[in-house]
Amino acid sequence: MIEASRVSWRYGENPVIDGVSVIARPGRVLGLIGPNGSGKTTLLRLLYGALRSPTGQVVVDGNDLSTLPAHEAARRLAVVIQETGGETTLTVAEMVLLGRGPHLSTFQRTSRVDHEIAARCLARVGAAHLGARPFARLSGGERQRVLIARALAQQATHLLLDEPTNHLDIRYQHEILHLVRTLDTCSIVVLHDLNLAARYCDDLVLLGGCGVVAAGPVGEVLDPTILEPVYGIGIRRLDLDGAIHLLFQPTDHDTATERSVAA
Amino acid sequence: MPATTLLDDQHDPLGVAARRRRTEGWLVVLTVTLIVTGISAVGAGAIGIPPLTVARIIGHHLVGLPGEVSWSPPQDAIVWQVRLPRVLLGMLVGAGLAVCGVALQAMVRNVLADPYLLGVNSGASSGAAAAILFGAGAGFGQYALSASAFLGAFGASLLVFLIARSGGRVTAIRLLLSGVAVGYALYATTSFLIFASGSAEGSRSVMFWLLGSLGLARWDALLAVTAVVLVGAAGYLTITGRRLDVLAIGDETAQTLGVAPDRFRIRLLVVISLSVGVLVSAAGSIGFVGLVVPHLARRLVGAPHVRVVPVAALLGAILLVWADVIARVLLAPQEIPIGIITSLLGAPFLLILIRRLHATAA
Repeated sequence: MIEASRVSWRYGENPVIDGVSVIARPGRVLGLIGPNGSGKTTLLRLLYGALRSPTGQVVVDGNDLSTLPAHEAARRLAVVIQETGGETTLTVAEMVLLGRGPHLSTFQRTSRVDHEIAARCLARVGAAHLGARPFARLSGGERQRVLIARALAQQATHLLLDEPTNHLDIRYQHEILHLVRTLDTCSIVVLHDLNLAARYCDDLVLLGGCGVVAAGPVGEVLDPTILEPVYGIGIRRLDLDGAIHLLFQPTDHDTATERSVAA
Repeated sequence: MPATTLLDDQHDPLGVAARRRRTEGWLVVLTVTLIVTGISAVGAGAIGIPPLTVARIIGHHLVGLPGEVSWSPPQDAIVWQVRLPRVLLGMLVGAGLAVCGVALQAMVRNVLADPYLLGVNSGASSGAAAAILFGAGAGFGQYALSASAFLGAFGASLLVFLIARSGGRVTAIRLLLSGVAVGYALYATTSFLIFASGSAEGSRSVMFWLLGSLGLARWDALLAVTAVVLVGAAGYLTITGRRLDVLAIGDETAQTLGVAPDRFRIRLLVVISLSVGVLVSAAGSIGFVGLVVPHLARRLVGAPHVRVVPVAALLGAILLVWADVIARVLLAPQEIPIGIITSLLGAPFLLILIRRLHATAA
């Protein structure tokens, strides 16, 4: 469980996140959504401690994150981010094995158990065949899956992902999010695509204007009357077979232009 | 034997064990090569001494190996008093330069980084120039030159560190920039010292020192300190290999994989500055070894630092000893500064490496 209370961050003079509180519950998937620049990634970085909020605190399973040693924090939080170390000459297998680091003492080498865990995690993201390849020569989508495998190999109690579906084709977008959903960890996912959020998240936090616009179960947050002013686009919601689907339609000035042309 | 291969594949799905065995193989080969190198290098010189005699003289001194003394006292003196300390210093300096190069390349995430990047050698040069030209550090007696070089190196690393930290966090790029700036400033200081002294003889010895030489090697405290520091550094960098791996990917990745990047970088900085300070004080600035050997080691055993560091240490030791043999023998009895040899050998080597790198990347 991650409980953040009144965390803030500003880049220079501009506050991006201002006194935000969120709770991610065990066994559930929390989605962070919002338009560009609404601070989704910044909030996620505050939650895993890459940024230290000057206000409030982040509590992970009862302990203040800022008091946890890096080693211990990495056993509780596994993070998938876009930093890929482009020049690295590590192989895919070696990259995934780095996820075992938080479980090993300084003098310990990776054991057969670690290798089996890493191999299993690679298989789970459909990348078992990539093991011997140099990481730097993979495609964007393959890299993304390998980084997810590394996070899985960490066997942390929480999984935090920043736009995990970037670079992935439609099939792997669904496979990866489905995988996240089937894990019994507490997961937090930053997502652009509202329909993916609708399908794979339990709870959502909608960010806009430095703070939380709405938070709660998916069905409540994905309400066109809440979303439309935040995203500035027309939204229709269809509930088909118990699943939510959102359709988007440019409004305001587009239709206004059409009308003026017709007149 | 296909059956065993299949079995190995099942137990080793990622091929990690196979790569480990390969590394162990290289370690054995390189260790044997190092010993052979040491004995041949001690034997080589103006007066050649057969390898077997060299081995027996060393054995006699080390463990009091029994058996009749079949060699002459001058041979004994040349092997034990002159050449062996020199070869040992060469091994230590070569290994030290190589492992510091590996660590710095990981730390600043730049494959062109070398141990001198942090301005440490420029500080040592200024100290050495002050000692040679103006008698600085005379209070240290026979260690005057090494002591003032080390103080210069220490001052330079402190300066680089303070500048890099002035913004709060010691980041890779900040470290790089402050190292380069301090390096240039101290280089200018050295040049000014040479210019101001007006002594042709003095500037010649400074120049000789700047280009590197193992000629100062004796059985003395300096050799012992160098050995302790550099062997310690190689050990530390090997056991922190996994942390170097994650730091080389990025600060945020390091942090999410359980390594506090800032704290680790400061520790590395201390280890590297101390090592480079000691080795530059003992042997001057020997270029290219710390830049080229890490690449060579990575080609042999791949990227993980737990494998690269020991392999680089052995390779660096072997290469530097042979470079010193060339420096001693090529224009004998005149001795060529070893830095000239390593740069002449290193530059084309680096070019070949770059070509290969591009070929594989494309």
